[in-house]
Amino acid sequence: MTTNILEMQGITKTFPGVKALQNVSLGVKRGHVHAICGENGAGKSTLMKVLSGVYPAGSFDGQIVFEDAKVDFKNINDSEAAGVVIIHQELALSPYLSIAENIFLGNEQQTRGWIDWNKTNLEASKLLARVGLKDNPITKITDIGVGKQQLVEIAKALSKRVKLLILDEPTAALNDEDSAHLLELIKQLQSQGITSIIISHKLNEIKAIADAVTIIRDGRAIETLDMHADEISEERIIKGMVGRELESRYPDHTPMIGEELLRVEHWNVFHPIDTTRQIVKDASISVRAGEIVGIAGLMGAGRTELAMSLFGKSYGVKISGKVFKRGVEIDTGTVSKAIQHGIAYATEDRKRYGLNLIDDITRNVSGSALSKLAGLFGFVDDHKEATVAGKYLKSLNIKAPSVDSITGKLSGGNQQKVVLSKWMYADPDVLILDEPTRGIDVGAKYEIYTIIHRLADEGKGVIMISSELPELLGMCDRIYTLAEGRITADVPRSQATAEILMQHMTKERERSTSDNV
Amino acid sequence: MTTSNEVTKPVGEARRILGYLTGQLRQVGLFTALIVIVLFFQITTHGITLRPINVSNLVIQNSYILILAIGMVMVIIAGHIDLSVGSVVAFVGAMAGVMITEWHIAWPIAIVLCLILGALVGAWQGFWIAYFRIPAFIVTLAGMLVFRGAAQIALQNQQISPFPEAFRRLGSGFLPSFGTSGYEPLTIGLGVLASIVLIFGSLRQRWARHKYGLESEPLWWFVLKLAFGAFLIIYIAFLLASYNGTPIVLVILGLLIVIYAAVMARSVFGRHVYAIGGNLHAAALSGVKTQRVTFLLFVNMGVISALAGLVFTAQLNLASPSAGSGFELDSIAAVFIGGAAVTGGIGTVTGAIVGGLIIGLLNNGMSILGVGTEYQSLIKGLVLLAAVAFDVYNKRRTGGR
Repeated sequence: MTTNILEMQGITKTFPGVKALQNVSLGVKRGHVHAICGENGAGKSTLMKVLSGVYPAGSFDGQIVFEDAKVDFKNINDSEAAGVVIIHQELALSPYLSIAENIFLGNEQQTRGWIDWNKTNLEASKLLARVGLKDNPITKITDIGVGKQQLVEIAKALSKRVKLLILDEPTAALNDEDSAHLLELIKQLQSQGITSIIISHKLNEIKAIADAVTIIRDGRAIETLDMHADEISEERIIKGMVGRELESRYPDHTPMIGEELLRVEHWNVFHPIDTTRQIVKDASISVRAGEIVGIAGLMGAGRTELAMSLFGKSYGVKISGKVFKRGVEIDTGTVSKAIQHGIAYATEDRKRYGLNLIDDITRNVSGSALSKLAGLFGFVDDHKEATVAGKYLKSLNIKAPSVDSITGKLSGGNQQKVVLSKWMYADPDVLILDEPTRGIDVGAKYEIYTIIHRLADEGKGVIMISSELPELLGMCDRIYTLAEGRITADVPRSQATAEILMQHMTKERERSTSDNV
Repeated sequence: MTTSNEVTKPVGEARRILGYLTGQLRQVGLFTALIVIVLFFQITTHGITLRPINVSNLVIQNSYILILAIGMVMVIIAGHIDLSVGSVVAFVGAMAGVMITEWHIAWPIAIVLCLILGALVGAWQGFWIAYFRIPAFIVTLAGMLVFRGAAQIALQNQQISPFPEAFRRLGSGFLPSFGTSGYEPLTIGLGVLASIVLIFGSLRQRWARHKYGLESEPLWWFVLKLAFGAFLIIYIAFLLASYNGTPIVLVILGLLIVIYAAVMARSVFGRHVYAIGGNLHAAALSGVKTQRVTFLLFVNMGVISALAGLVFTAQLNLASPSAGSGFELDSIAAVFIGGAAVTGGIGTVTGAIVGGLIIGLLNNGMSILGVGTEYQSLIKGLVLLAAVAFDVYNKRRTGGR
C-alpha cells in the first residue's frame, strides 16, 4: 500500500476549441487535506469533474489510480461506489424534502422494497451527529441556513462511506462562524481517516487546514507545496496562482472627498414574509462625493437587505426612513425612481439578479439606461449601443471575443465587469456595490478595485459591501459596521483594523445574549 | 511549402464558411426546412403546391394563425403563455356578428369596437398576470373557458351569417386589380417595392455597422440572404399577380410583421420584453417596469387576437360559437418551431412567421395529398417535437463545458 490514496497522471481534457487541462498530474496522500488553488477558469473544477466521473473515462487522456488500482469512472455512481464523493459549490439538495430524505436520496433505506422511515431518520440522526448538527432529520432543507445545508451535504457524503471527499468552494456562501465550523469538521473527518480535496479562494483557510496545496494555472499543474515543510505565506500562493508577484493586493489611491451626496436617516425594514421580524433597525448612513464607504457585517446582519431596500424597495416591507440627496429629500420607492435619482445597486448575486445570461454583452451593458440610446418612437440606436459596449469592453479589459458574446459563457470576473459597465453607463452619483469581488480570482479583483477607485475619482460616492474584512480595510475611506440590522460603528480608515471591526460586528449579538441573562 | 499552402487555402476557406453556417444553424435550418417542405410537396402534389391559386389560398387560410403567432411570440419571449387566444377569436367574432347583424352598427365602427374589446380582454388577463402575479398559464386557461362561454352566450349557441360584402373583404378580398389579363400590375409593383425596401434597408444597416466599426456578417452570406429574400418576394408577387392579385390580409399581415419585428428588435419596449424573459430579477433591478411591460404585452395580445377573430369571421362569413378552437395550440406550435425558448428570452417575430408557414404548408400539402386528419395531426406533432429537439441538441452542442 502506497502513501498516496489518489494518483492522477497526465490528465488532458479538451473542449471544442479549448484545452481545459494539459497533462495535469496530482498526487494526494492518504489522510491529507489537499487544497487546490488557481484563478477562475484555471481548470480546478474541470479536474475535479474528471476525477468524480462527471466527465466519463475516455472523454479525457491520462489515467486515474485510486487506492492502488486504475479506475475508469463512467459516471458519478461509479466514483461514489468507490468512495469518491464531490460536493459542488452550488448545493444539490431538494428544498422541500427533509434532511433525512435528502441524505438518502438515491440510496433510500428500504425494507422489503418499501422505504423504512424509522431507519431513514435514525441513520440520518447518527450521521448528523457526526457532522455536529443537532437539527431534527425531518426538518425541511428550506428551513435551515446555507451553513447547515453544507453540513447536510457532508452527512450525505458520509452515508456513502466516503474515502475521498471533494469540496468545491465549500465556504463561499458561508459566514465566518459557519466557515470555521466547517473547517473544524474537515479536520475531524481527517482524524477519522477521510482524505479531502478542497478547492478554495480563501488563502487563510488553506493555510489553516491544508497539508498540501496544488496550484493550477491555465490548465496546468504549476506546483505542489507542502504546507508543513516550510513556511508558506499567502503571498507565496498568490504568486503561484497569478504567475507574478502582486506588489500589493490593493492599488494605491489618494481619496478626493467632496460634499455629502447621499444621506439615509432612521431606515427600518421588515422581513417580507415574517413581517414581525425587523431586518434593518434605525440605520443611518451617508456617503460623500469621491468617498468609498464600506459596510461590514456578518452573514445575516442585513447588509444586502439594507442596500436593496434603499434601491427601490427591492427588499422588505414596512420600510420607513428618509433619504436625502445633496441635502434634498428624495423618493427611492421604485427602482426606476432610484435610478433617476442617480443611485445604482450592483448585486451580490450577478447570475440571479445582475445579468441576462442568455443575452450578449451589448444588451446587458445598455440594460439599465436604454432610454439614453433611444431616439424617435422609442427605437434603440443599436449601432451606438454596440459602440458603447465596445468602449467598456476595452476600458474595463473585459476578456471576451466580442461585444456579441453571451454573458453566461464569461468567467465570474468578466461577468462582474459587465455588471459594473451596466451601472457605469447609467452614470449614477452613488453606486452601491454588494460583494463586488465575490467568486473572482485575484488578478481580476485587482482590476475591479482599480475601477472602483476610478469611479470615486470621478466624484461618485461608492458604498461597498463585503464579507472580506481585508478588502474593506484595503479599499474603504470609512467603514460602517452592521450587526443584526443595527449600525454599531462608523470607523474611519485611520482607526480601522480587522479586530476593531470584528468587535463592532459582533457587538449586537453579545448584547442581546447578555439581555437574555 | 508554397504548394501545401495552396492546397490548404481553399480547404481552410471552405471550413471557415461551414463554420459560419453552423454558427447560424438555427436560422439556416429553419429556412432550409421551409424550402425542403415546399419542394417536397411541390413534387409529390405534381406542382399543385406552387400554383397561383394555391399560394393565394395558403396566404389567406393561414393569415389568422400567422397574426396570432406574432402576438404569441412576444408573450412567450417574456416567459409567459396565452392559452385563451382561440376563445378570444370566437368571442370577438361573435361580438362582431352581434354588432353588425343585430345592433346594425356600421362595419368599420364595429371593427374598431371589436379591437377595443380585444384590448379590454387583454387588460383583464394582464391585470391578473402582471399585478396579481397569477401564472399566465392559469389565468389564460381560465380565460380559455371564460371567453368560450362568453362567445356561446353572445351567440345564444346559434351561428350568425351572412356578413356584409365589404366586411368579408377583410378576410378573403383582394386589392383592386388593374390589369385585365396576365400579371396584375399593382401586385407586381408592391412586390418590387417590398424587395427594394428590403435591399435598401439591409444596405443601410450594413453601412451603418461599418461606419461604427462593428463586425458584420460575411459579404457572401449577406448577398446570398438578400438575394434569396428579394427573389422570394418577387416570385410570390408574380404567383399572386397571375391569379387574383394581392389578398388584403397579406397587406395587413405584412404591415404587422414589419412593425412588430422592428418593435421587438429595436424598440425599448421590445428590449424590455427580452430582458424580462431572460432574467426577470435582473430586469427589475435594472429599472425595467416589469409589471407594466407584462400588462401591455397581454393588452397587445388581446388586440391581436381580436384582429385574428375579425379576419377569421370575415373569411368564413360566419360567427360561430366553436370558432377558433385549437388556434392557441397552432400559434404556440408556430412560435416554438420558429425557435423560441420555452423558458423565455429567446425568439423572433420572423421565426414565428416561418414556423407558422411551415405548419400552414404541412396542412395544405397533406390536404392536397389526401392525408387523413388523424395522420395530419400526428405528423404536425412530430414536426413540433423534432424542431424543439433540434434546438435543444443545437444548444447542447454549442453550449459545451
